[in-house]
Amino acid sequence: MKLIIAIIQPHRLDDVLQELDKKEVYLKTVTNVLGCGRQKGVTEVYRGVKEAGTLLKKVRLEIAVNDAYVKPTVDAIVKGARTGNIGDGKIFVLPLEDCIRIRSGETGKVAIG
Amino acid sequence: MQSPINSGDTAWVLVSTALVLLMTAPGLALFYGGLVRRKNVLSTMMQSFFILCLISIQWVLWGYSVAFGPDVGHLVGNLSWLGLNGVGLTPNPDYAPTIPHQLYMLFQMMFAVITPALITGSYAERIKFSTFVVFTLAWATLVYDPIAHWVWSKDGWLHNLGALDFAGGTVVHMSSGISALVVALIIGRRTGFPRITPAPHNMTYTLLGAALLWFGWFGFNAGSALQANELAVSAFVNTNTATAAAAIGWVVIDWFVTKRPTVLGAATGAVAGLVAITPASGYVSPISAIFIGLLVACVCYMAVAVVKQKLAYDDSLDAFGVHGVGGTVGALATGLFAQKIINRGGADGLFFGNPHQFVVNAIATGATIVYAVVVTFIIAKVLDLTMGLRVKEQDEAIGLDNTQHKESAYTLID
Repeated sequence: MKLIIAIIQPHRLDDVLQELDKKEVYLKTVTNVLGCGRQKGVTEVYRGVKEAGTLLKKVRLEIAVNDAYVKPTVDAIVKGARTGNIGDGKIFVLPLEDCIRIRSGETGKVAIG
Repeated sequence: MQSPINSGDTAWVLVSTALVLLMTAPGLALFYGGLVRRKNVLSTMMQSFFILCLISIQWVLWGYSVAFGPDVGHLVGNLSWLGLNGVGLTPNPDYAPTIPHQLYMLFQMMFAVITPALITGSYAERIKFSTFVVFTLAWATLVYDPIAHWVWSKDGWLHNLGALDFAGGTVVHMSSGISALVVALIIGRRTGFPRITPAPHNMTYTLLGAALLWFGWFGFNAGSALQANELAVSAFVNTNTATAAAAIGWVVIDWFVTKRPTVLGAATGAVAGLVAITPASGYVSPISAIFIGLLVACVCYMAVAVVKQKLAYDDSLDAFGVHGVGGTVGALATGLFAQKIINRGGADGLFFGNPHQFVVNAIATGATIVYAVVVTFIIAKVLDLTMGLRVKEQDEAIGLDNTQHKESAYTLID
């Protein structure tokens, strides 16, 4: 079992979700986050005062998958999120110790999908 | 010698002028702002706000002269009133005999402000700010000012024909609505549309904006009586009645079609009602106003929910669907429901034994549409080929607030 965390551009979310649906990955959590990469953010200007290094809006997806679904999920995210420009984001694959379905109490691989 | 200036009339038109300004900012700014994505809300609001600034100056410098100045061939005014030359504080007896001329000018200015602001709904979320500024000034001068002259100047050809347009169904709503459609088609759909159709980011703004529009519209319609008298009251009553009827009508249709009454439907229905009653407000009875409200709710609902979906053009905030279509319904309805007993300065409509009025209003409708389409097409095409109407795709994705203004509307943390 793995937990996939992806940080993507907000405007690519709809495409990523459509690609995940095509691969039958339906369970996901999405949050608004701020972040920056090597460019250290953008500048904004308020009444002539520049504010440098502001964090940028990103979107974070968290998807728990069984091992067989790791590659299809990662591929779907890359396909939906890649624009070729700086700021496309990153995907992290973490080992997942356990997964419990709250409603039924199921655990492990059965609870993931 | 007694001054012709009536303090009651002057006070009322002063207030109406402020009410109509409120319709643009913050009324329309909120109404449109709530409908776009968060990343574009500032740019959308800025468009309304900045048009108020631009036209405030354009009108004073040359706009008022072209629209209302001494007539040239029944098509435009000449430039003898450039910079308000000759427009003083004594009344102009042709337009408003009991209020200072500059007040009439200022009142009309607010109409000239909101009309291009309505068009912003069709090119929301993708227009370049610089091109937007040039487009607005060009459109105001070449489309709005002449059409206003045709309908409201004392020698304009549609005025001479007898077209009845109390507060601007043709001049404001049809012209902006059909021009909005032209620009929407030239600038193209937003990226991903219609596969990706964004939801309004803040419906509370939209509802509040609709309420402010309703409030301000009393100045728009009842103020157009230009006197604090029975006609103003008649227009006020009709405005409120038609709007309420249209909102209820839209909610009921929504309830049937989507099984739920929607807040957006109520807000949109109300605005459609306000649009449709605009040309009719000083000529019809309150019961007719109810019919007009119900009628426009049906027609605009179809335009927005059925026709637009089928044809898939991206008139993002329904400037054409509500103002263009609604204005047309209102102008034609005026030709049907007008009654001379309501307003002796008007005429009877088709339903009251005078089919000629319907024909005249139809001609006014047709002429406005054709002229607005042709000139807007030329302006938009020329600007697209020279300055470019649309931002780069990458900028559209990042959002206009950030790319056009280097600002963001909301912080996420602190």
